[in-house]
Amino acid sequence: MVKRLSHALMVAGVVGAAVGLAASADAQEDPIRVGSFLAVTGPASFLGDPELKTLEMYIDRINGAGGLLGRPLELIHYDTGADANTARTFVKRLLDEDEVDVILGGSATGTTMAVIPLVERAEIPFVSFSGGVVVIDPVKPWVFKTPHTDRMACGKIFEDLQKRGLTKVGLISGTGGFGKSMHEQCVDVAPDYAIEIVADETYAPSDTDMVAQLTKIKNTEGLQAVVNPGFGQGPAIVTKNFTQLGFDVPLYESHGVASKKYIELAGEAAEGVRLPASALLVAERLPLDDPQRPVVVGYKTTYEAVHGPGSVSTFGGHAYDGLMMYKAAVEAAGTTEPAAVRDALESLSGFMGTAGRVTMSADDHMGLDLTAFRMLEIRDGDWVLVE
Amino acid sequence: MPPVLVELLQFLFSGLASGAIYALVALGFALIYNASHIINFAQGEFVMLGGMVTWVLLSQGIDLPLAILGAVAVTMVAGLALEKLAIERARDANVVTLIIITVGAGIFLRGLTSVTLGKDLHALPAFSGNAPIDIAGATLMPQSLWILGVTAAIVVALHVFFHYTVVGKAILAASHNPLAARLVGINVNVVLLLSFGLSALLGAVAGILIAPITATHFEVGIMLGLKGFAAAILGGLGSGPGAIVGGLLLGVIESLGAGYISSDYKDAIAFVVILGVLFLMPRGLFGKRGTERV
Repeated sequence: MVKRLSHALMVAGVVGAAVGLAASADAQEDPIRVGSFLAVTGPASFLGDPELKTLEMYIDRINGAGGLLGRPLELIHYDTGADANTARTFVKRLLDEDEVDVILGGSATGTTMAVIPLVERAEIPFVSFSGGVVVIDPVKPWVFKTPHTDRMACGKIFEDLQKRGLTKVGLISGTGGFGKSMHEQCVDVAPDYAIEIVADETYAPSDTDMVAQLTKIKNTEGLQAVVNPGFGQGPAIVTKNFTQLGFDVPLYESHGVASKKYIELAGEAAEGVRLPASALLVAERLPLDDPQRPVVVGYKTTYEAVHGPGSVSTFGGHAYDGLMMYKAAVEAAGTTEPAAVRDALESLSGFMGTAGRVTMSADDHMGLDLTAFRMLEIRDGDWVLVE
Repeated sequence: MPPVLVELLQFLFSGLASGAIYALVALGFALIYNASHIINFAQGEFVMLGGMVTWVLLSQGIDLPLAILGAVAVTMVAGLALEKLAIERARDANVVTLIIITVGAGIFLRGLTSVTLGKDLHALPAFSGNAPIDIAGATLMPQSLWILGVTAAIVVALHVFFHYTVVGKAILAASHNPLAARLVGINVNVVLLLSFGLSALLGAVAGILIAPITATHFEVGIMLGLKGFAAAILGGLGSGPGAIVGGLLLGVIESLGAGYISSDYKDAIAFVVILGVLFLMPRGLFGKRGTERV
């Protein structure tokens, strides 16, 4: 009996000591564990690479400024190589072994969708950097996302067409993942803007000539504008063929080619082309009183100071937004307790990120509106803001 | 001209320009196939190297004509090295093994290019401007004329080479009957080496001609190689005229298919036509009728 009692006391003592230790460590500097899984290598490395660089850079800065709630942030990152199975394995590890407080990451829609069931079961807040609308539609309680969607890009283009009084549109879409998804969204959203799609052609991503498709579109009765959802070299070829055939209607490209590369590839043919793009692309050209200006100019200068001029991309911006949203939510909640942070994320209102103004709600876990996009026109080989 | 005819003319222009590129790639396949019965699946990578190396040299400040010559030379060296270092060493292996070696060489060249030159897309300047030429209402880019013109010149040059020079005749002889060729003193190994060099040259020229239109990057050869192979099969594997007709025909079918039927099924239409032709003429349009030797 005595022996048993002493044994019980001993156990109690050990447990007590352990609890005490944990508590004191927590009070001092138990780090907030930020889990991340990104496609840093592989076919989507152009997404994952700037995202990881951004997370590393800004977590250092937050820690340098005294951390979050007085606690430092610790980044635990795994490279998925854009593979959905790998992503699942690593997120399982993040949740079970690393016991992270939040997950920021998922460069592509595929890897994000693969891990959603795990995150939902573990009940840990998850902010994704992927574009697909399926990530947040239907709404999943623990899943949020920072980038704008294809649907919004179509909306922005159609809004601009409406302003110019153009309604009859010809679509020429790439059959790759990006073009296909955006094409669906454009067809779906067209009636909302009273846009009539009078021609609908496609091309394969590796095609070398789109003259036949464009000739067909050009000969369509009543055509008023052409929209080209696509990614990679396709849109540059479409733009050249478009100029060759001497169209007398405007050409709209998508946010998929919103980079200097497109202007370089399409050359003079890109003159007068319009496209929706993130404010980051024209950071310095935004009006001084633009509420988004400080955020995008700040991110751009900080990133380019470390990684060289011209290195900034919207993808890194998505990671910046995710990290800053988490920071804002933790500060609002006053704790890193997952459920409280989740609620704080969901009630985020008027948060200004590189992608635009974010106001979340119970049925919108992205919270961006069309002002997230700026309509640009290419003049003299450079971007000009249309609005 | 009535609009319907203008439209047809536009489709034909566009199809012939693409088709000429397919024809050049198909000729490369034919040359090596004739000399060795190997189907060289690294042919697409020769196309890619032509464009990429031209871009690298241009970005180093070298003039376009010199950059083109340099790129052709580099690609030919790659072709000769492939024969010397890989094919010749496995000379006794059967043809299927050699074909697999070319597949591997293609993957190797793609990987090497992506590591050393990067994965970005690069544009080459058009040889003579970007002002479209109007012909009876249909338009044509000056670069398309370059493609058609250079392809025609190459076809003539190859004809002269094979029929009026000793080296060309030696290659032909070796392709008809390697044993007999060896008996009259033709070095069959050198013939094979030459055919790889010539194929690389054709591929590089195709890659350089099309780069101003489509831009170039390390994977551009995959699809062009495949299209060229399809053209070679359509025309009859190993036949020179077959490769040219097959290439042009493939380009025109694609263009007409996209224009008149559906752009969604553009590639499918082309492949259905090829299957149809092969069903009726299993050796392709100009294929040699096989004779069994006893």
